[in-house]
Amino acid sequence: MSESHDTPPAPPPPTDPAAIAKARRGRNIALALGLVAFIVLVYGVTLIRMGGYVASRPL
Amino acid sequence: MSKPAAIEGRAASQPALWSDYLQLLKPRVMSLVVFTAATGLVCANQAINPLLGAVAILCIAVGAGASGSLNMWYDADIDARMRRTRGRPVPMGKVQGPEAAALGVVLSLFSVMLLAMTTNWLAAGLLAFTIFFYVVVYTMWLKRWTPQNIVIGGLAGALPPAIGWAAVAGEAPLNAWLMVLIIFMWTPPHAWALSLYTSEDYAKVGVPMMPVARGAASTRKQILIYSLLFVPICQIPVFTGLGGPAYLAVAALGGAVFLLLAWRVFRSRAGDAPDERIEGEDRLYAVRAGSKDARNLFAFSILYLTLLFAALLVEHLGRIAPLELLK
Repeated sequence: MSESHDTPPAPPPPTDPAAIAKARRGRNIALALGLVAFIVLVYGVTLIRMGGYVASRPL
Repeated sequence: MSKPAAIEGRAASQPALWSDYLQLLKPRVMSLVVFTAATGLVCANQAINPLLGAVAILCIAVGAGASGSLNMWYDADIDARMRRTRGRPVPMGKVQGPEAAALGVVLSLFSVMLLAMTTNWLAAGLLAFTIFFYVVVYTMWLKRWTPQNIVIGGLAGALPPAIGWAAVAGEAPLNAWLMVLIIFMWTPPHAWALSLYTSEDYAKVGVPMMPVARGAASTRKQILIYSLLFVPICQIPVFTGLGGPAYLAVAALGGAVFLLLAWRVFRSRAGDAPDERIEGEDRLYAVRAGSKDARNLFAFSILYLTLLFAALLVEHLGRIAPLELLK
């Protein structure tokens, strides 16, 4: 078996700046959505975990 | 043990898309983890707020994804040389090795901490142990060292039901560990059936999978032995109160089929090199004849485990009153 079967496929040539910018924008949007989802989750979990105790605390 | 240093140094030639980072998390593995963890959570038969339950499942899934990312970082050198894995983002040069490692570490920390905050430290501790076991014990140590790699390493994939159970109940009783034992014993015949017809890839990169290290005949025998242990273990939940009539039907009938398929693999020539005297199309047929039995067992093993856990899920969902969840 020749060695060429064991090597990974050659990386394609570098893509143009527009494609790089588009990919970066997509990653940034995904990261932003992930962060917002995390904040909402922590907020919701905090409300549920603390809600009952806050309502029944002595005033 | 070799390090993927050569891969880390490779310059990215393509811009990484968000979907490449998602691929690092092994979404197909995550879906199985979600299913088994949700089954464990439901089988605990205790009330939990639906949002907390959903966040717990999400944390377990993200923890599994983080393990996948760390695995792809560490194994990039062998991934690049195997046909099945050469298209992954790190060997393709789309994502740099250190980026995959950083993603794995960050998601590990976030998932464990959020699970602790949402449920309890037992569940979070089990999740942290699962990530550690998969990345350090399996990926870094066992995988390239011993043919028992997937037997011991299978524990990482087996733990999600116990994490789900602990998340809702704050404890992990015998029935939770019974679910872990079922997946643990299922892993060897499942993975070895696959490796019987993909062993060339593993041999090429020096990973001592059982057919590579001990030969196909030994692997077929061990598949049968593990199947003979696995199927009776699947019947135990009926006696501990975990499984009901539907589970019994699935476990017994599916178990019989599983044993039949394991016996056929044992009697087959799956994984053997074809007879050198056979030439032309007959040689091709000789290879396929054995592989078919291994493929059948591999495919049915997935169906059997899915049906077992689906039966448990359905039976226990029927016992939960919807309004109980909101207490």
